[in-house]
Amino acid sequence: MSGELGHFALILALCLAVVQATVPLAGSYTGNRTWMSVGPSTATGQFVFLAIAFGALMQGFLADDFSIRYVAENGNTQLPVIYKVSAVWGAHEGSLLLWVLMLSGWGMAVALLSRHLPQVMQARVLSVLGMVAIGFLLFMLFTSNPFERLYPVPAEGRSLNPLLQDPGLAVHPPLLYMGYVGFSVAFAFALAALLGGKLDAAWARWSRPWTTTAWIFLTLGITLGSWWAYNELGWGGWWFWDPVENASFMPWLVGTALIHSLAVTEKRGAFKTWTVLLAIAAFSMSLLGTFLVRSGVLTSVHAFANDPARGVFILAFLSVVVGGSLAIYAWRAPHIRGGGRFDFVSRETFLLANNVLLVVVAALILLGTVFPLIYDALGWGKISVGFPWFNKMFVTFMPFLLLLMGVGPLARWKHHDPADLVRRLRLAFGVSLAIGIAFALPVYQGASALMGLGIGLAAWLLLSLWLAVRDRLKHRRGARAVLRDLTTQGRSFYAMVLAHLGVAVTLIGITLVANLEAERDVRMAPGHTYELAGYGFRFDGVRNVQGPNYLAARGTITVFDGDRQIAVLHPEKRNYGPGTMPMTESGIDVGVTRDLYASLGEDLGGGEWAVRLYYKPFVRWIWAGGILMALGGLLAVSDPRYRVRVRRRSTATAGEALAGGRA
Amino acid sequence: MIFSPAPRAIWPLAPIAFALLLAALHAGAGTVARYDFSGPVTEEHFKAVIGKLRCLVCQNETLLDSNAELAQDLRDEVYQLMASGKSDEEVIDFLVARYGDFVLYDPPVKPSTYLLWYGPFALFVIGVVALVVTVRRRTRNPESTLSAEERERAERLLREAGEGDEHP
Repeated sequence: MSGELGHFALILALCLAVVQATVPLAGSYTGNRTWMSVGPSTATGQFVFLAIAFGALMQGFLADDFSIRYVAENGNTQLPVIYKVSAVWGAHEGSLLLWVLMLSGWGMAVALLSRHLPQVMQARVLSVLGMVAIGFLLFMLFTSNPFERLYPVPAEGRSLNPLLQDPGLAVHPPLLYMGYVGFSVAFAFALAALLGGKLDAAWARWSRPWTTTAWIFLTLGITLGSWWAYNELGWGGWWFWDPVENASFMPWLVGTALIHSLAVTEKRGAFKTWTVLLAIAAFSMSLLGTFLVRSGVLTSVHAFANDPARGVFILAFLSVVVGGSLAIYAWRAPHIRGGGRFDFVSRETFLLANNVLLVVVAALILLGTVFPLIYDALGWGKISVGFPWFNKMFVTFMPFLLLLMGVGPLARWKHHDPADLVRRLRLAFGVSLAIGIAFALPVYQGASALMGLGIGLAAWLLLSLWLAVRDRLKHRRGARAVLRDLTTQGRSFYAMVLAHLGVAVTLIGITLVANLEAERDVRMAPGHTYELAGYGFRFDGVRNVQGPNYLAARGTITVFDGDRQIAVLHPEKRNYGPGTMPMTESGIDVGVTRDLYASLGEDLGGGEWAVRLYYKPFVRWIWAGGILMALGGLLAVSDPRYRVRVRRRSTATAGEALAGGRA
Repeated sequence: MIFSPAPRAIWPLAPIAFALLLAALHAGAGTVARYDFSGPVTEEHFKAVIGKLRCLVCQNETLLDSNAELAQDLRDEVYQLMASGKSDEEVIDFLVARYGDFVLYDPPVKPSTYLLWYGPFALFVIGVVALVVTVRRRTRNPESTLSAEERERAERLLREAGEGDEHP
């Protein structure tokens, strides 16, 4: 029953999406307020029906209703309840449902939270979101229906992939999707503004908090994913430049560029058309990422041909979204004139350079990700583009960005005397250069040119940030003024400091763990102690443990620092039953300056096991930096200036004049 | 290498093609503990070589990390070759001759991969040129292209929306 209910709710949501995509838009051109006011109610209704559909699928999992094919393929009576819930988005169809649910959630949020927007603007934004929803709902209903029935009904489901049976992975996809889908709001604002023919500071201000919020989710999603891989996969790795990782990293890079470009558009009225392009690009990257991963085309071009309906739909949808929005851009952008002038040395220039570099890096990651497909499609054979290539490229181009990051926050808008900038930064530059060289000197183990580069750049970031903060304090004369900044409308500066600090922290973590980590594969018998990076790891044997839906071999490894026992690690090897591969669960002793990490390999017989031991210095800093970046974003979004309520009428009229300027 | 040659990655879009995954994933670590490293082949050297080779039947995993049977065979083979005194290049040439470029995570530089290897630099140059051209044009811009009326309207809007301070 719940299956039909969910299916029906999906269809109703589609009907509402069609109304939402057309009526408010038509109203915005004819000036019909009643039509425009259809937007918020349809957006809310769409969310309600999708929530019903989502609930219906979840009910299917909770009730072990294996007559629903999707539940039969991903559910199981033995699954713990939390994984029955997360199994809803554990595979293709369900994660699409989560996608549209979130899309409609963002739509409803826009409907509820942007009452202060001019009605024309709001109507158009909601219509664009409605169009995106139509695409996804059609895709689901025609090619990927999660409510499809299965007959005969199997007695037991195939169960969720054991890889996904982890609390981290239960939350990771929703966070990531919130980010992906959130960029649809930035996209909708950009298109709505383009349709109105007027891109101005007001538009930038409206879309900034939405864009930053999406970026926060994406940042947290990527951070959590990296942490999960480290914890769960048992190889101590946290990033592999896998296509699925790249699929999330590309929109993040473009989204980061967009956030910075929006700042210029809001403050200086410049880079308008560029900002619009970035908004379109960020959303297109999100779509491309979703579909690249979804379609299976990454594993093999032939996977695409196995399911031509999905593939063709995806291609058509992508071309409509990208092509359509670029066509509107080409039609409207020539009428938009840029902002004011600025000099070669000015904050505008630095922000533009930041944008160029972020986009170049995103583009090269795209190149590396799809190159094997192009290669294969051209009939040149199969080729791998893996972490060595990505690392080389990333290490070649990112330092430029990090260098600029030090200067940008100190530069003034419009014009900054180059001599003054040099005078302020030369000491910081000299010191970081010295630090970099010191870390590159081969006087201790692990020193290398890359180590020096990483630490030198981190020092540069930290020192220049400190200079920016000191300037601000001097400018503000005292802590009380800073407090006032934070309680009123001056949070953005501190938000920037926090986020940039996060980049420095992540950079330190990456550099140290990559250059100083130690790893050993050892054959261990009970009682045997192995020394790694100054720690003694004593193997105390393996015993069998029964989990809720798995059987585990659970090792005990006692770690000593000298004679002192400092940790007991319990790496596990879990067996989830027939048809699944054994999963490793690493044993980790967490620390601020180092992790000690162990995972179990093969049983070599006679009580001996192959064990992999790791010493991971500063690895937590990688994720701590990600959290700092997200906190920075949060502080920026919380700035009260985005929530100033004004008398709706006056803004509505003024805004309408702007938004509808060319209509 | 700034990034560790970390294995099998995160799964941002969690659930793709799991059937494929199940083919050969995650049996666990400790894949080289069975070898004898007291001879001419050191553990570090061996790991460095197999850490850049692809497990042919897995979904994006190195030979170092994979527990698939074929990966085990290939590891044995690489170990034998190295133990018999072959240089890294000879080992790699042998594998490429047998399995093609697909086995290399670090793709070779040759005409068909010029786009891959030099493309990013071309992108970078294009980006920098575009940047310089844009900025030069802007430095010659008149002070503002807003008409007086537009400026007045925008200012009024911003005032009403509650203007904050001047930082982005």
